[in-house]
Amino acid sequence: MIPELGYAATVAALALAICGAGTSAMGARTGRTDLLRAGERAAVGVWVLVTACVALMLYAFLTFDFSVRYVAFNTSRGTPFYYRITALWGALEGSIILWSWMLSIYTLVVVVQYRRRQPELYPWVLAVLLGILAFFLLIMTVPAPPFERLTPIPPDGRGLNPLLEDSGMITHPVALYLGFTGFTVPFAFAMAALIVGRTGDEWITITRRWTIIAWYFLSLGLLIGGWWSYHVLGWGGYWAWDPVENAAFMPWLTATAFLHSVMIQERRRMLKLWNLSLIILTFGLTLFGTFLTRSGIIGSVHAFTQGSIGVFFLAFLGVVLIGSFALLASRLDQLRGQGELDSVVSRESVFLLNNLFLVAAAFTVFFGTVFPLLSEAVRGVKVSVGAPFFNLVNIPIFLALLFLMGVGPLIAWRRASAQNLKRNFLAPVAAGVVAAAVLRIGGVGNVIVLTAMTLVVFVAGTIALDYVRAVRARRRSGDAWGVATWGLLLRQNRRYGGFVVHLGILVIALGVAGSQAWSTETETTLDRGQSVELGGYRVRFDGLSASEESNHFKVTGTFTMSNGGAPATLYPARKFYPQEQTPIAAVDYKLGLMKDVYLVLGEFARDGSQATIKLKINWMVSWLWIGGAVLTLGAALAILPERRRAA
Amino acid sequence: MSRHGKFIAGGLVIVAAIGYLVWAGVSRSVVYFVTPSELLAAPAAGKTYRLGGLVQPGSLKWEPKTLDLSFTLSDGRANVAVKHRGAPPDLFAEGRGAVVEGSWTPDGYFKASLILAKHSEEYKAPHDGAEPGYKELMKSLRGPSQ
Repeated sequence: MIPELGYAATVAALALAICGAGTSAMGARTGRTDLLRAGERAAVGVWVLVTACVALMLYAFLTFDFSVRYVAFNTSRGTPFYYRITALWGALEGSIILWSWMLSIYTLVVVVQYRRRQPELYPWVLAVLLGILAFFLLIMTVPAPPFERLTPIPPDGRGLNPLLEDSGMITHPVALYLGFTGFTVPFAFAMAALIVGRTGDEWITITRRWTIIAWYFLSLGLLIGGWWSYHVLGWGGYWAWDPVENAAFMPWLTATAFLHSVMIQERRRMLKLWNLSLIILTFGLTLFGTFLTRSGIIGSVHAFTQGSIGVFFLAFLGVVLIGSFALLASRLDQLRGQGELDSVVSRESVFLLNNLFLVAAAFTVFFGTVFPLLSEAVRGVKVSVGAPFFNLVNIPIFLALLFLMGVGPLIAWRRASAQNLKRNFLAPVAAGVVAAAVLRIGGVGNVIVLTAMTLVVFVAGTIALDYVRAVRARRRSGDAWGVATWGLLLRQNRRYGGFVVHLGILVIALGVAGSQAWSTETETTLDRGQSVELGGYRVRFDGLSASEESNHFKVTGTFTMSNGGAPATLYPARKFYPQEQTPIAAVDYKLGLMKDVYLVLGEFARDGSQATIKLKINWMVSWLWIGGAVLTLGAALAILPERRRAA
Repeated sequence: MSRHGKFIAGGLVIVAAIGYLVWAGVSRSVVYFVTPSELLAAPAAGKTYRLGGLVQPGSLKWEPKTLDLSFTLSDGRANVAVKHRGAPPDLFAEGRGAVVEGSWTPDGYFKASLILAKHSEEYKAPHDGAEPGYKELMKSLRGPSQ
């Protein structure tokens, strides 16, 4: 019953979305409000129907309805309750439901927020959103129907991919998809502004806000993804330049570029064309990322299901890019900037450089990711470029960006005088120089790490300088330090939210530099009672035990770890799933501010007398998570509506 | 030079620098993907390859004490002996596909520095009889170590 109900809801939603997009567009052209209202009702209808799809799928998972192919392939009777819910987005078809659902929610939010406030743009925004929604519903109808019926109905399902049984599975895809789908809203506003020919100011404010919202979720998704791969996969890494990771990172880079260049447009009425291109590019990259990960065209450790879905995405991507850039070209005369660049030493030019580097980073990531395809198409040889390529190319770019992060917020608009430069940068540069000397004497030999940490101190110095000055100004009007800080954060939340995001990036940069430079690992086989030493830590193998869990069988090692202080016990395990031919490691770790002890259990003797382990001392990885928390906090602050105190 | 010219010149310098980085990055870190028969057709010692094939059943040898791992990768036409130092990773087993990164040695084997095992999202139904003897494993573990 559920397969048929679900499929009916999908087809009805698709029909409604197409009709809604059509009537909204016609309403926009003719100015007939009755057509527009019909479009709105369609948007609500689509949301109701997609919600019904989600509910039906959840119901099927919770009741083990294996007549639904997707349920049978992604769950089994032993799958724990939570993971029966998260299995909804555990594989391709289900994640498209989630995608459509989020998009339908975003559409509804747009309807509620803008139907009165943006009478000119809104009808086209609605038409574009419903059109894109129709595409995803088409995916759910033709190439990847989630409600496909399975006959005969199997007595039990295949079970969820064991790697997906993790708390990260609850949050990581949801955040990532909220980010990906979120970029549809700025894109829709950009298209509407181009169609109507109002490339003026108000749309850019709306777009900026929505881009931060999507950026916030995408950042969160990337960070949780890093945490997940760090603590689940036993790789001990948080980032591997895998095509799937790159797919999510590229739109993040272009969106970051937009969030900066939009400030020049607001302030100087310049770069309209560039900003529109960045929005189109960001949206295009979200589609491209989905194409990349879902078509199976590029090998990845994530290796998602392959299918004809890739062709659909590629075709849609083509239509979107050609259509939107053609529209852009037709409005070129309106998009000429009204401002002029005055000097090379100015905030404008720092922002331009920032954009150049961010887009260059996105391009190099793109190039490295599709290089195997290019090479095979052009020369017929299968090659790949791995992490060394991405690191080599991106480290200089990110160091340059770090430097600009310090300069940009403090340098003067238009033309910076020597006076301005001295006033704002003398102290931070001095701090950086001192930090470099201290680090060098303290034994930091790696040039890249040294540069990165010096730049971090310099940027932190500029932020501190700005903060101290701003707080002093407020204190003159009688506020205490705490009150003054709150006032800055809440009343100038765009500027200071941005600074908080920058602080988060700095902490992350330190984490990346430290973990890349100083982490060590060893792999060894221990007899029971034997120890291994690494980086001042001593780890002793005390034995193995076995247990039977609800859907797998688990062998757990007991290890005692000591480094002078009180010993701690670590329990890394290997899980044996009946549907899997090989076991999966469950790592154990002790997280610390400076060092994580990270232990992976490998092969072992069946009598428990011997075990092979991988022991890692990972430096400063915690800084990534702390920095990530700071960054998302700052982004949340920047999303709040601005409440400047009336002067 | 005009202001406009300065911006364009500066931008071009940066773009050229990044272009150079990309070129250098590719030429330094490009890794050729080969099958066992392609590798054996023209084995060039010292060059980095990614070698993909099936782990031949019966070929896997693992010495826990020395961490020496050896196995044969096959594409049905040719077999390449692979040696690696380190424990077999998750999802690596006889009869399954694997990709190893490393180089061919003059001594006639492929020295792998990295083993990439593949994850897949949807899982195959358990094969009857192919399941490892979990019960037996559990029994033997419960006995001595409690």
